[in-house]
Amino acid sequence: MKKESSMSLRRRKETAVAAAVFLVPALLVIAVFVIYPILQSFITSGYEWNGYSSNKSFIGLANWAELLKDKVFWNAFKNNLLVMVLSIVIQMPIGLALATFLDKVGRKGNVCKVIWFIPMLMSSVAIGYLFRYALDANTGFVTAISKFFGGGTVDLLGNTGTVLITCIFIIAWQFIPFYMVYYLAGYSGLPSDVHEAAMVDGATESQYFWQISLPLLKPTIKSAVVLSIVGSLKYFDLVYVLTNGGPSHASELMATYMYSNAFSSYRMGYASAIASGMFLLISVIAIVTMRVLNGKED
Amino acid sequence: MTGKKKGLKLSSIVIGVLVVFWFLVCMIPFFFLIMCTLKEQFELMNNGVFSMPEGLYLQNYIDVFTGGIWKYFFNSVIVMAVSLVLLLALSALAAYPLSRWTFRLNKPIYSLIVACMSVPIHVTLLPIFMMSVRTGMYDSIWALIGPYVAFNLPISVFILTTFMATIPRDLEEAAKIDGCSLYGIFWRVMLPLVKPGLATLVIYDGVNIWNEFSFALTLTQTAGNRTLPLAVQEFQGQYSMNIPMIMTVLCISILPMVIVFIFGQEKLIKGMMAGAVKG
Repeated sequence: MKKESSMSLRRRKETAVAAAVFLVPALLVIAVFVIYPILQSFITSGYEWNGYSSNKSFIGLANWAELLKDKVFWNAFKNNLLVMVLSIVIQMPIGLALATFLDKVGRKGNVCKVIWFIPMLMSSVAIGYLFRYALDANTGFVTAISKFFGGGTVDLLGNTGTVLITCIFIIAWQFIPFYMVYYLAGYSGLPSDVHEAAMVDGATESQYFWQISLPLLKPTIKSAVVLSIVGSLKYFDLVYVLTNGGPSHASELMATYMYSNAFSSYRMGYASAIASGMFLLISVIAIVTMRVLNGKED
Repeated sequence: MTGKKKGLKLSSIVIGVLVVFWFLVCMIPFFFLIMCTLKEQFELMNNGVFSMPEGLYLQNYIDVFTGGIWKYFFNSVIVMAVSLVLLLALSALAAYPLSRWTFRLNKPIYSLIVACMSVPIHVTLLPIFMMSVRTGMYDSIWALIGPYVAFNLPISVFILTTFMATIPRDLEEAAKIDGCSLYGIFWRVMLPLVKPGLATLVIYDGVNIWNEFSFALTLTQTAGNRTLPLAVQEFQGQYSMNIPMIMTVLCISILPMVIVFIFGQEKLIKGMMAGAVKG
């Protein structure tokens, strides 16, 4: 007995050493490029600094006080919330409908699957430029359609009233394929005999969808909602290329506001405060959502 | 059979309309894009967006290919290749003990790595920018590799850990009895078995890295050191009003991923599925 336990102790030690060897490289990378920068963001938020000079003065919580009163930031946050809500409302049902169709037709739908997926393969920059020109007030196709019916030029991206909603639709165009595949994955995880059993019992396809597959897909839908929330709140690339937050902050998001503070106004300290604020807001909203979604279950 | 027919009334019409509508919504911008690339600058302005190109005008493509796009292309390829090699190595190493061995810190380390999946990159953007300036890596493609590896690592470890958990342990047990060390088992037994998982990662992470914009924009400055997603921006500065030319750059930068997708479709979707199961 004693011999055995000393052997298992040795085995355990050996495993621990090997585990360290295997895990340290990955943990090191995460520590350097994820954890340290998060801490650094909070530290830099306490300074007044332009990002390159050696003149870096500690100003305590002044940046945070300014952030709390900054109308542009809170307006950007409000825009982020609107993107978040409308992304869920637009993307989830369409993504689910497309996935349902693909799941039903199986291999025959491969052409659709490839074409529907293409927006997801494009970089946000490419999509941004594509739509910037497609919606251009002079040469874009919305203007062309309007002119065809005798209207004037339409500048969806240059108008403070329409710019944000236009961005939201383009974001939907970009991400619907992602949720489509996501739900498709959810479908593939469902037991295949359930469908047959339901059909044998005389259920119609729509009864099957509403009463059986939708409840079974609940976990997938929940995590898609969480993903969409986190994604919407940190959104950057496409809006940066399309409008850079303009005109007059109408499409400003937290991330674009942070970026212009850092690299146009050279206010590194304040930009770090925005970044840290973003981190806190996103974490709180994500945790609350997960609590609410998981709490509903029982 | 009759049950099927009954259900195919209203819902199938709605779905049919949606299918066709979405097909058009996806295709029209691309149609616009490709039509644009075949037009001469003033042809677009004079004839409008909906006109067909007057002839097969390929000068845009010729101009873009001789106008320095190769530099961006090679930068993108190098960044992607180096990042992928590191990513595969680090995530395979990390996933193995996490999926196989019992040790006290297994759960906490796994949770930490998985939690990193939802960290918004913009919180780390400025500190990483400052770090790259301090270490003298700023404005070189090498500055991109660290963040690319770090931000794709959590999902990669997650996908591989799930993948390895499905592989039966028999072969490893046999190797252990033959006196193979833990390291030897990983290298000679596990790695060959996990190849399909690694292929999924290559495609899934490859697309992400190829299209990455925020870090590339922030950490590089000179045209010669930038990656393909930024080429559009640079060309825009150069040909600001020449829309067909910019559309051609877009078209060329999308092409490699479309080709990869057509061949690696199943793998990519499998990767997303593994990500989707995380719940």
